Amino acid sequence: MPLDLLLEAVIFGVLLGCFYAAVSMGLSVSFGLLDVPHVAHPAIMVFGAYCTFLLTRYGLDPIVAGVLLMPPFFLLGMAVYRFYYEAFEKRGGKEAGVRGIAFFFGLALVIEVGLILGFGVDQRMVEAAYIGNSLSIGDMRIPLRFLVAFGVALVLMSALMLYLSKTFTGRAIKAVAQDEPALRLMGANPVRIKQWAFGIATAVAALSGALLIIIGPVEPGLDRVYIGRTFSVVVLAGLGSMTGTLAAGLILGISESIVLMQFGASWAPAVSFGLLLIVLGFRPQGLFGR
Amino acid sequence: MRFWIAAGFALALAAAATVMLKNEYYFFAGYTVLMFVVLATAWNILGGYAGYVNFGTPAFFGLGAYSAAVLFKATAAPLALQLLLAATMSGLLGFAAGMLTLRLRGIFFAIATIALTVIMETLFINWRYAGGATGLQLLRPPPTVPFESYIKMLFVLMALLAVAAVAIARYIERSWIGRGLRAIRDSEEAAECSGVPTLRLKLFACTVSGALMGAAGATMPMYLSFIEPASTFNLNYAIGALASPMIGGTASYLGPVIGAILLSTIQQVVTVTISGEMNVMIVGVMLVVFVVAAPEGILGLFRKFVSSRKP
Repeated sequence: MPLDLLLEAVIFGVLLGCFYAAVSMGLSVSFGLLDVPHVAHPAIMVFGAYCTFLLTRYGLDPIVAGVLLMPPFFLLGMAVYRFYYEAFEKRGGKEAGVRGIAFFFGLALVIEVGLILGFGVDQRMVEAAYIGNSLSIGDMRIPLRFLVAFGVALVLMSALMLYLSKTFTGRAIKAVAQDEPALRLMGANPVRIKQWAFGIATAVAALSGALLIIIGPVEPGLDRVYIGRTFSVVVLAGLGSMTGTLAAGLILGISESIVLMQFGASWAPAVSFGLLLIVLGFRPQGLFGR
Repeated sequence: MRFWIAAGFALALAAAATVMLKNEYYFFAGYTVLMFVVLATAWNILGGYAGYVNFGTPAFFGLGAYSAAVLFKATAAPLALQLLLAATMSGLLGFAAGMLTLRLRGIFFAIATIALTVIMETLFINWRYAGGATGLQLLRPPPTVPFESYIKMLFVLMALLAVAAVAIARYIERSWIGRGLRAIRDSEEAAECSGVPTLRLKLFACTVSGALMGAAGATMPMYLSFIEPASTFNLNYAIGALASPMIGGTASYLGPVIGAILLSTIQQVVTVTISGEMNVMIVGVMLVVFVVAAPEGILGLFRKFVSSRKP
C-alpha cells in the first residue's frame, strides 16, 4: 500500500474511530461500569437516530435535535433500568444472568421491528448544510459530516469524562462499579445511583443516534452491525475505562479503514468482531482493564 | 419407555402425513417447525443446562448448510453424507469456539458467539467457490424411492433428526453430564471445587450443540435449492433458537420442543396471514413477557397449575 494512501486511511480511521468511541460511550457506562448486559444499546441508538430524523423534518439541525432528545431518553433509560432491576437484579437467583441477556435481546428486537413497522425498511437520512460537502486538503477529501461528528464526539466524550471524575454523582457512579457494598455502607443507595447512570448512558445513546444519522443513512436493522462494534470497543477498552474507550475506538476505526482500503468492503464487518474475539480469547480484561 | 413410544408415534405420524396429505405447503411449513425443534433443543444443551447464552446459532447452522452445499457441488454426494459432513464441521467449530471462549462468562460468551456468526458470514461472502455474496444455485437430484417428492423426503429426514436431537438432549439431561452442566449453571466455582470437570463438560456440550445445529442446517440448501450468506447466517435463527427454550422452559428437554412448536407455528401462521415483520415482533414481545413474568416457561406454569390443583 503506497504511503499517501495509508496516510489517508489513517486520517479517515481516526475520524471514524472517534465516532465509534462516541457511540460506545453509553455502553461503556451501562455495561462497562454497571455490568448490565445491555445488548439493546445499539437498538436504542438507532431509535434515537429515527427520532432525530423526525425532529429534523420540523427544520431542526440534527445535532440540536440530538441534544433535545437527551432529556426524554434520560427518563426512558431510568425507566428501563428500574424495570430491569425489579425483574432481574432484585430477584437475583441462579438464572438471572441468562434471562437478563434474553430480556435485552428481546427488547432490541421489539425496538427494531417497531421501527420497521413505523418507518418501513427503507434507509432514512437527514439534511444539513454540512452533509454532502467535503473539505479538501491537497488531494485528500474529507467529508464535512465526518468532521462534524468528530467534533461532537470529542465534546461528548470530554463532558462525560469530566462528569464522571469531577462531580459528586459521577464519582458515586464510579464507586458503585468498584465496590457496591462499600457504597451502601456509606449510606448511599446504589440502585438510585445506577438508575441515574443508566439514564445518562441512554441520553448519550440518543446523541450518538444523531451522530449515526449524520454519518450516513440509517435503517432499522443497523443495530445488528453496531452490537459488534460497540461491544468490541467497550471490551477492548477494558470495562468502564473512558480513556480506554477512546483508544479502543481509534484502534477499531483505523484497522477498519485500512482493511477497507486494502481488501474491500466485504471484509470490513469482520474487523470489529475479529478484534473482539482476539481480545476476548487472549486478554479478556481489555487494554485498560480495571 | 413412554418417551420412545411418543417418539415412535410422532415419526409414524410424519410418515403417514407424507402418504395422506397432497398439499406440499404443509411439508414446507412442517419442515421449518421441525428445524426449529432441532435448533432449540441443541441450544438448550448449552444454554439451558449449563447457562451459557449462545447467540451463534446461525454460525453453526450456516456452516452446516454450506458444508453440505459445497460437498454437493464438488461431488454430488448423497444427502446422508452431506448431513454427516455438516454435523462434523459444525461440531468441530463448536469445539474450537469452546476452546477459545469457554473461559468467558455470561454476556462475554454471548457476544463472542455473535462475533463468530459475523466472521463466518464474512468468510463465506468472500469464498468464490461457494458462490460468494450472490449465492449458489443447486439442482436437486430426484427423490429416493419410497418418496414421491423431494420435500417430503426432507420433511421425514428432519423429523428423524428432531427425534434424535431430543433423545440426545434427554440422555444428557438424565446422565451425570446433565447434572454436571446444571452444577456449572448454579455455580461454576462450586462445581469445579467439587470435582466436576467443568471445562471438559462445557466443551462436550458446545460440540454436541454445534453438531446438532449443523445437522439442522445440512438440508437447507436442498430445501431451498439455493444458498446465500445473508439469509443463511441470519440472526433470526439465533432468535428462534433462544426464544423457544425461554418460552417453553429451559429445565427439561420438553421445554424447547413445546416452545419451538408453539413459536414457529405462530410464526408460520402470522407470516402468511399478516406480515413477516409482525412475526418477529411477536417473538420479541413473547420473549420479554416470558423472561419477566414466567421465568420457568410454559413447563413451569404447567407444573405450578398442576400442583395448585392438588389438595
